[in-house]
Amino acid sequence: MSPLDHKLLRDLWRLKGQAAAIGAVVALGVLMLVMMTGLSASLTETRDAYYERYRLAEVFAPVARAPERLAERLGSIPGVSAVQTRVTGQALIDLPGRLLPVQAQALSLPDSGRPALNDVYLTDGRLPAPAQPDEVLLLRSFARAHGLVPGDHLRATMRGARRSFTIVGLAQSPEFLYTTAPGELVPDDARFGVIWMNRSGLAAAYDMSGAFNEALLGLAHGAGEAGVIDAVDRVLEPYGGIGAYARADQLSSRFVAEEINGIRVTAIAVPPVFLGVAAFLLYIVIGRLVQAEREEIGLLKAFGYTNAEVGAHYFKLILAIAIGGALAGCLGGIASGRAMTGLYTTYYKFPFLVFRLEPVSLVAGVSTGILAASTGGLFVMRRIFSLAPAEAMRPPTPPNYSGSGRIGQGLARVLDVPGRMVLRRLTRQPVRMAGAVVGIGCGMALSAAMITLHAGFDRTIELTYSVIDRSDVTVTFTHPVSSKTLFELARLPGVQRVEAVRHVPVVMRHGRISHRGALTGLPEQPELSRALDTDVRPIALPETGVILSRVLARKLAISPGELLRVDVREGRQPELTIPVAGIADSLLGAPAYMNLDALNRALREPRRVSGAALLIDEGQGPSIHAALQDMPVVAGVSVKSEARDAFVTLMDEGAGTTRYIMGAIAFVITFGIVYNAARVALAERQRDLASLRVMGFSRGEAAFVLLGELAVVTLVALPVGVVLGYFLSFAIAEGFSTDLYQIPVFFDPLSYGQATLVVLGAAVVSGWLVKRDLDRADLVATLKTRD
Amino acid sequence: MTQPAYRTEGLTKVYGEGRSAVHALRGVDLEIPEGEIVVLLGPSGSGKSTLLNIIGGLDRSTDGTAHFRDLCLTGMSDRQLTRYRRDHVGFVFQFYNLMPSLTARENVELVTDIAPHPLDPDDALELVGLRDRRDHFPAQLSGGEQQRVAIARAVAKQPDVLFCDEPTGALDSQTGRAVLRVLTDVNARLGTTLLMVTHAASTAAMAHRVIHFADGRIREVVRNETRVSPEEIAW
Ligand SMILES: Nc1ncnc2c1ncn2[C@@H]1O[C@H](COP(=O)(O)OP(=O)(O)OP(=O)(O)O)[C@@H](O)[C@H]1O
Ligand SMILES: [Mg+2]
Repeated sequence: MSPLDHKLLRDLWRLKGQAAAIGAVVALGVLMLVMMTGLSASLTETRDAYYERYRLAEVFAPVARAPERLAERLGSIPGVSAVQTRVTGQALIDLPGRLLPVQAQALSLPDSGRPALNDVYLTDGRLPAPAQPDEVLLLRSFARAHGLVPGDHLRATMRGARRSFTIVGLAQSPEFLYTTAPGELVPDDARFGVIWMNRSGLAAAYDMSGAFNEALLGLAHGAGEAGVIDAVDRVLEPYGGIGAYARADQLSSRFVAEEINGIRVTAIAVPPVFLGVAAFLLYIVIGRLVQAEREEIGLLKAFGYTNAEVGAHYFKLILAIAIGGALAGCLGGIASGRAMTGLYTTYYKFPFLVFRLEPVSLVAGVSTGILAASTGGLFVMRRIFSLAPAEAMRPPTPPNYSGSGRIGQGLARVLDVPGRMVLRRLTRQPVRMAGAVVGIGCGMALSAAMITLHAGFDRTIELTYSVIDRSDVTVTFTHPVSSKTLFELARLPGVQRVEAVRHVPVVMRHGRISHRGALTGLPEQPELSRALDTDVRPIALPETGVILSRVLARKLAISPGELLRVDVREGRQPELTIPVAGIADSLLGAPAYMNLDALNRALREPRRVSGAALLIDEGQGPSIHAALQDMPVVAGVSVKSEARDAFVTLMDEGAGTTRYIMGAIAFVITFGIVYNAARVALAERQRDLASLRVMGFSRGEAAFVLLGELAVVTLVALPVGVVLGYFLSFAIAEGFSTDLYQIPVFFDPLSYGQATLVVLGAAVVSGWLVKRDLDRADLVATLKTRD
Repeated sequence: MTQPAYRTEGLTKVYGEGRSAVHALRGVDLEIPEGEIVVLLGPSGSGKSTLLNIIGGLDRSTDGTAHFRDLCLTGMSDRQLTRYRRDHVGFVFQFYNLMPSLTARENVELVTDIAPHPLDPDDALELVGLRDRRDHFPAQLSGGEQQRVAIARAVAKQPDVLFCDEPTGALDSQTGRAVLRVLTDVNARLGTTLLMVTHAASTAAMAHRVIHFADGRIREVVRNETRVSPEEIAW
């Protein structure tokens, strides 16, 4: 080993605290990159494998009632490789001990054999026996949520008829990775059930013998989806087809894709912030090392070491820290990626797990870690190159404090000697002090942005369920009904207020982009279910035109004044053209709002509503629920407190978990930065401080010189951190927002207060660690050597 | 021995500009023959270190020329100067300038690693009588010991020229003599040209040639007809 490598090792050992802190920052950035990309790759892989093994359809074609013989015609459409027809129907499940029945979907399974498409994964029990119309399979997550097991009985209402079934098995299905209560966006296992039963039995219940009301299609490799959908629509049109749609638009599939995409976006957007901080730290630390070793660098050059050789020596130091950090990050990333994938697998109810380690992400992790560190290092290299070898011949020149300035002289009269030393250093080396301030400011910003993000999540929940939606109960009707129905609701004892809503399922198109969603019609001055933007201002609903949420407008690439094509997917299925009247920031989902009257006018269906928001007297809840259940037009009732709970669960369990990890990482980084700043200050002043001690200053007085500087720098850094954090929180909130929910950014003083405490806490701990080292320092050794 | 090791003409060095300019060298014409011990004497601030730095390839002149054998130092690029120092020159500095994080032996290896014909580092330390202290760090050595390690380091590469800037400045008489003994031995055994700056006029007695420096100029060059050994020097 060459002597320079010995020096390298000893330098590393001497700088171990700082090296570890910087290495940790690099490691965390890399960890996140590896974990998140590994996670998104694994989830994608697992999902795809699941879809493939259980043959999830690629095109779904709902229809009112089509004769079974059409299956053959669908199968002969070019590009279609498999067809499976089935019967589906709405059902209400009565559960003992529950006031409200739960909405459910009943699906048929072939009387014998496995379905060609949309197979189920049987987890418990067995399939319904042929010719047993009373045996059902139940979606496992739903069964779990209600403690149901095979052998239990299930009471359900189908087309108005009360029936009793026996649960013979539990199943999972790629079609229902994500279940939501009808009309809601947030997944909830408990409030939506799926029942599978034999085709003949189900057909009898829904009057579908010899017919089907949904066709599932598989596509040949390379077949054009859009062409097939058009062809299917043409075949099913005469039978009440309401428009086939691709797998990407299937509810569960869409949400899963959306969440995986969210993870991927975070994986790309957030780690660079951390790695940037690491680069900055390395720049500061190595820069200071080079400054302190000026003479040694000159000496090496005097001996005939080339710039490249000297540069390489310091660069190796950087690389050692970066590679160490990056490798640790990779290992950590693999471990935590595995753990997170396990977590997500349960969350998404995948029956198996394909853990995919992206070799690319490891390489990318290590190389970005090294790249970031190198960037920091490159700036230092310039200083090494420009150092003249003659430096070595000169005695160490004391830093010039002669220009400390007027403030110094004015204040000097008030301060004692240590106080003056602190002050002079601050005013004399403004660039270095600014570096420390910006560094600590970055840490503060990172913490503040993460805490703000948490507050943003809470605010989303708060706004959605307390401000936007002030109702207690939402009623969904089986079909659009006359607004007179609302009077019936209003007459129920305990109902204090009733407000109309109309949701119309539509496909919105602009140019070649389309989006399956719904138009939401609201009354002129809604009080219960309101359209509000992120600033809690009511969104005015104009006489004509539609107000799009920003996410939706972005997806459709449309702006106010342009025309939106709307294919209605209910009733007579008219095709409308509606101008975009405005764009609003929304929190949950991607809504498109219209004035209720304007919507009904466009549909030529005056005074129709599809649901209602109710404000009720809690005390009369049970009787109201009982009454609602007896109304034949009521398809479902959702209680807001349950919806809210589901949302909180989503934020804490799903994609929301990563914010906790990132929050923890932000704290570690903040600490790393502050600790480094303190170490650098100690290293730069060690000789001065030892001299002070030799001259008879006490430990406390010497420490004051050092810690006073740290305190001033930290205090100055706080406002810098507030400003940086404000901007950073936009970037991070953007990374965490999905189509499903948007995280608003707002200035939350409490978050900044907490971030301030984090920074001050880090400063106190760092100061204590550094003071401990200072107290232990060997005076003589310090004075004898240069560093 | 027809060609001198060094030849300078009108060598000038100005630090800074305008009113604050310092004229450290004001036209130095000088010849240093191969294999000689040359001592530079002169008051503080007279430009001795500056001259050493320039012909040692550490710094650049403002004007004039300097040659080492056939090489024109004043026209060299940074890269060429590095090459020159690496292949031909050894330094002993006024302030010991050891790497604090390397042991004595490693400090010597620092130079032997990149030299074309180095001594064994242990042998070099033996020369200065510090072989048994080779695993000690600079902080564990006295000032004189540190300076001897610095000499071992400079000698170990067996350079053509050895530059010493006040090598005994911080040493007591006995250690100082020991250091000088090492230097004269190296000169005698290896034929190394030695250029040494000193404040102690008595040291000049061991040189072949003494250059008196004042105010950035050579005032006088004296050839010693008889030289004394380091042990006889009055301290
Ligand atoms: N980097 C520099 N910038 C400005 N002036 C310098 C610099 N280096 C040296 N000088 C000036 O050049 C002059 C010559 O300096 P030099 O170091 O060569 O003197 P010296 O003869 O070696 O003195 P000493 O015996 O004290 O070491 C001095 O006046 C010194 O102040
Ligand atoms: Mg000098």
